This record gives sequence, structure tokens and C-alpha cells, in this order.
Amino acid sequence: MNLKLTICHLYPDLMNIYGDRGNVIALSRRAAWAGLDVEVLRVDLGERPDWRTFDILFIGGGQDKQQALVARDLAEVKGPSLRAAVDDGLVVLAICGGYQLLGRYFHTGSGAMLPGVEVFDACTVAGNRRCIGDVIVRSEVGGQPHTLVGFENHSGRTYLGARTRPLGHVIVGRGNNGEDGSEGAVDRNAFGTYLHGSLLPKNPWLTDLLIRRAVERRYGPAAALPAVDDAVERQAHEALIARIRGRGLVDSGVI
Amino acid sequence: MRTTLAIGAGKAAGFLSRRLGRGGGTTFPGEVALRIDPRLLARVSARLGEGCVVVTGTNGKTTTARMIASILRQARLRPVHNRSGANLIQGVTSALLSSANLRGVPGGDIGLFEVDEATLPQAVAQIRPRAVVVTNLFRDQLDRYGEIDYLAGLWQGALATLPSSSTAILNADDPAVARLGEGLRARVLYYGVDDPRRGSAGLQQAADSQHCLACGARYDYRVAYYGHLGDYHCPNCGAGRPRPHISARSVELDGTAGSQVEAVPPAGALSIRINLPGLYNVYNLLAALACGSALGATPEALRQGIETLSAAFGRIERIDIEGRQVLLALVKNPVGFNQLLHTLSLDPAPKHLLIVINDNLADGTDVSWLWDVDFELLQGRAQSVVVSGTRAEDMLLRLHYAQVDMGRVSLEKEPPGALARGLANAGPGGTLYILPTYTAMLAMRQVMHEQGYVGQFWED
Repeated sequence: MNLKLTICHLYPDLMNIYGDRGNVIALSRRAAWAGLDVEVLRVDLGERPDWRTFDILFIGGGQDKQQALVARDLAEVKGPSLRAAVDDGLVVLAICGGYQLLGRYFHTGSGAMLPGVEVFDACTVAGNRRCIGDVIVRSEVGGQPHTLVGFENHSGRTYLGARTRPLGHVIVGRGNNGEDGSEGAVDRNAFGTYLHGSLLPKNPWLTDLLIRRAVERRYGPAAALPAVDDAVERQAHEALIARIRGRGLVDSGVI
Repeated sequence: MRTTLAIGAGKAAGFLSRRLGRGGGTTFPGEVALRIDPRLLARVSARLGEGCVVVTGTNGKTTTARMIASILRQARLRPVHNRSGANLIQGVTSALLSSANLRGVPGGDIGLFEVDEATLPQAVAQIRPRAVVVTNLFRDQLDRYGEIDYLAGLWQGALATLPSSSTAILNADDPAVARLGEGLRARVLYYGVDDPRRGSAGLQQAADSQHCLACGARYDYRVAYYGHLGDYHCPNCGAGRPRPHISARSVELDGTAGSQVEAVPPAGALSIRINLPGLYNVYNLLAALACGSALGATPEALRQGIETLSAAFGRIERIDIEGRQVLLALVKNPVGFNQLLHTLSLDPAPKHLLIVINDNLADGTDVSWLWDVDFELLQGRAQSVVVSGTRAEDMLLRLHYAQVDMGRVSLEKEPPGALARGLANAGPGGTLYILPTYTAMLAMRQVMHEQGYVGQFWED
């Protein structure tokens, strides 16, 4: 019998901008290609799910109005149980607006204070200018040096506290705040980032890392997964890096 | 004096631009003229005897404006029209001054201007239109505008300045557009589709859902046509789709050939054949009928205007190349691309496709939107696919994850090679569908032009 992977798509209609659903497609396909049975379930406003049902939770970005609705639902309905689930090792990927709401708070451009779930030791304040453009990140999450490629489009500036590590450091682009070079956040099995693109299709090493962590959590470290071919993914990854460098964007010269 | 100088300089700039082979001069003349006289657009457009019409929205601007132009000509008016699709203030000014004489007298009696979404406030302030058409608001080039709520806010501000003598023509089926009609001084004309056979019972993509402006609850859809267009209402507070003044009671889609539409404009029922495919063009048709009615066109002028129309530049264009039929259709956002894929799949025969994705500024530099397009529809329906463009590898990856048979997919980075491969795949007597983003379309047309197959676009 195949091992099963259950993916939670949290607020799929409110928090899904810039092709974020591509991440759910990538997780589903690569898990299936590795021989897992995959199920994707949606969770919406007002629902109180049993987080133990899920192996991976995904939340994308959203516009201001939608993000405010979600912040209220997280504060009033889901926050404490979700925080406990992350303490329990739930694998999480949060993009952009979803990432912001998993920190301590987001002080928005209109002056509102959106409370966060505090999965990450991070806080976000609105900036004057939107950070928009291609991004290349160097990351050593999982022990190996890798690059991540994507596209950022955000006005919030996120600052990490002592407890939470960055996902990586920007080689091209602005990242968390445009000041300290950090991009994204990692805390236990929860990952946050500003990268769209979609992120996971062009960065299969991260997709596989999330799947592997989720499978080990449910079935133990002995549960081995076969390697899945990633030639088409790596071709797109390399082509984008070449395109970004060809465009002559501001480059710190690390690569 | 200043006007004359500005117009003269602009015209000279256009002449030089064409002579130097720098393109059709569709924006440069306006740019030069506005430098000299920033009020030029306001001054010259005020001299159009029948006033001006402005068309904006994410999708369908060019096609809708073309339809309105055709109706106006049937009504014996002479529209001044930025038909090349150059739709920033400079482009609108260029169109106006290329028609005008040096004294600033326009060469027509009514202005018809397609304007870019973010340009609407400026255009309305300067042109003072008697009618504004808003087609729809979809996610498009979000890297350029940030968020769509921002655009809705801009539009609301612009429409609020219209006097009671003008008309706002709004898509009733698009919640984000319909709500713009609330609280305006201008008269509001809504249009929409009323044929549930052409829709489904719920939204096809969760990401398309819309939330009630009044209370924030998610709208329920009695019928969803495509994207977030449909017959919606709020289950919480009861707000919902306004009743359309102009509606399509019956729509028969005839594949890629066109549609037969029974429409009800205020002046009575109208049976119209439209030679452009897909439900999205039925919406463009309704917008044009509503606008034509608002301007006083007779039912006969409305029908004749539509039935004599040829496809707008680049939208769907048919070209014969070496015994193959080539159909060229612009793709620029998920909703438009999904409509094309749905229209192609109305015909069960497997298709030969050439998809060209560029990420230049005019295309949008963020190609994330490809992940919101349902390429899964191509499973078993694509005989061959060639992917090309600056982001060909992203497109290849998307097809890989859509589980399209990769044995049928090939990558040709450069346009000439991609066209040759696509034509070879289609074979003699076959049809090749070319689906490019904006700058990719210009590149494909350039390749075909060099091979002697299409005229350059400003000649149409």
C-alpha cells in the first residue's frame, strides 16, 4: 500500500495571488511521482480543522482586504491550534501575505495592526515603496547550499527576531526588508518567503525537502522515497538565473 | 499658436519615426506634442462635435473599441480612434493629432479612445467623455499595478467626476465593475449575459472568487460564465448583480468561427452574428451594443456595425502560410488564456499549438500567472506544442506539471525556428494556433512579415 500525503490549502480563494496555487500543484505532482497517494483539502474562514489530518499546510499571498479578513480568522478561530500544530512538527509553506501573518504582527500601510500567529519570530511593517522584481536567493536549509529563484511583489518589510532563522540571503532582489539581505524564515518545519514565481515548480529541491520532512514526520525516518527526475525544473531554474543576469539588474556580485 | 507648434512638431516626429523605420509612430508624436503643449489633448478633443467615448478594462478593450467604431461608422459618424492599441495619454494624443490639421481641428466628429487601466483618471480629466465603457477587471500584469483593488479605486474616483449628462457603461456580471455604478451622477447602463447554458453552477477556480463590497462575505454564483463573471449574489446581505439593461438572452457558440447572439438592447430584440469566437467576445459585443445604444445608434446600425467587422489587430487573426492556416491570438492573463483554451477545446480535433511567452516590460515581467492557467485542458487535446520566447522554459515546466504528454512538446527559443517547427508540425492543410504574449506577438508578426505573410500593424 502506498504512503499517503495530505495537503491543506488554507484559504485558497482569499490567499492565492500571483499563481501561488502552482506550489500546491508542484507538491501534489512531485509527491505522486515519488509514489505517494496525495489528497488536497481546502480550509476556509470560520472552520476549525483537526491539523493532525494534514502533512503539509500551504498558504499563499492575498490583497489587503482579503489579508485583513484572514488575520481576523487566524486571531479568533485558528491561531492557537495552528501554533500548537507547528510545535508538533507540521510542515508549513507560507508565501508573501501568508508569511506575514505567521509572524507576530503586520503594521499595514493604512495604519492597521494585524495580529499574527507567531509561528515565526518576525514582525512586518509597511514600507513606502513596493519591492517588485526577480529574486535569486542562496539558501543552506537542509544542509546543502542551493539557490532559490522567484519573483517578489510586496510593500511589507519583515524583520526576524532571534528565534527564527532566514530561509536564505538574497543575491538579487530585496528579500525580507531590503536592508539586512535576509529572505524568508525557517522555524521548526515551517517555511515562509516572499517568493512567487510560482516558487516550488522552479525550485524542486525545496519541494522535495518539504515532502521528505512531512513523510518522515508521519512514517518515521526509515520511510525512504525514490528520487524524482528534475531535469525540466532545473532547466527552468537555470534559464531564469541566466535571464536575470542578462537583464543586468542590480547584482551584489556573489554569483 | 502653441497648439499649432505642438501639432506640427508631433506630426514631424511621426513622419520621422516612420521614415527611420522606428515603427508606426503610435506614441512618439503625442509625446513630442505634449512636451510643447501639455493641454493639447484637452484642447483638441473639446473640438470634436459629437464628444468622446473612452473604453477601459483588463481584457477586450481593443476589440470593444473596434466594434464601437464600426457601429459609429454605420451611424454615419467619423470616429477618431487610437486603433493601434497605443493606449496611454501619448498614444491617445498621437491618434488625435494625426487626424487633426495644424490649426487643431480634428479630422472626425467623435473621439473613440481605448485607454490603459491606470490611465483612466487622466484620460477622463482631459477628454471629458460623454460615455465611459468598463469591460472587466481581472488580474493582469500585477507587477505593474500592485493589486487590483488599487485599480478599482482609481476607476471609482474617475467615474465619480462624470456629470449627469454622461453615461457609464458597466459589465453587470463582473462584481468589481458593477459596483462602480453605485452613487454616480452619470447615467449607468449595465450589460450582461443571461444564458445559463453557457455557464457552470460555480466558479471554476477558487482564486476568481469575489467578496461582497458591503459586508465582506463571499458571493454565491447562480451561474458562472468565466473568470469571476456571472450571476452572483451575497448570501449574507443580499446585494448582488444589478439587472442588465442590455443582455444576451441566447448565445450559440460556433467553435473558433464565431457566435450567434440574441440580444435585448433597450430598443428591442436583436439577432446578431459575430465573427469572433468565444464567450469573451460576446461580452465585448454587449459592451459595444450598450455604448452604441447610449450614443443613439439605430438597431440596424448596431447589427450592421458588428456583422461587417473583422478581427481586431492581433486578437484572433487568420493568416495563410504555405497551405497551412495560422490563427494568432494574444494571451496576456489567466482569464483570457483560459477562455482561449476553452474555446479551442469546443472542437474535439487535436490541435497544433505554438505558445510564445516573453517577460519584457510590456508583457509583465512576472510570469507567475502561467500557474493560474488551466493547461491541464490540453491533456489529450494537443497533437503538438512548441514553446518559445524569453520564458520558454517556464512554459515547458508548466506543461510538464499539467501532465501534457511531453513527447508532443518541443522547445524552440527563437521565433523563426519556433514558427518553422510549428508549421512543420501542422503539416500541409493543417492549422497552427499561435498564442503569444504582447511583445512575442510583435516578434512573431515581424518574422511572418519578413517572410512576406502579414502587413505591418500600423497599415491596417
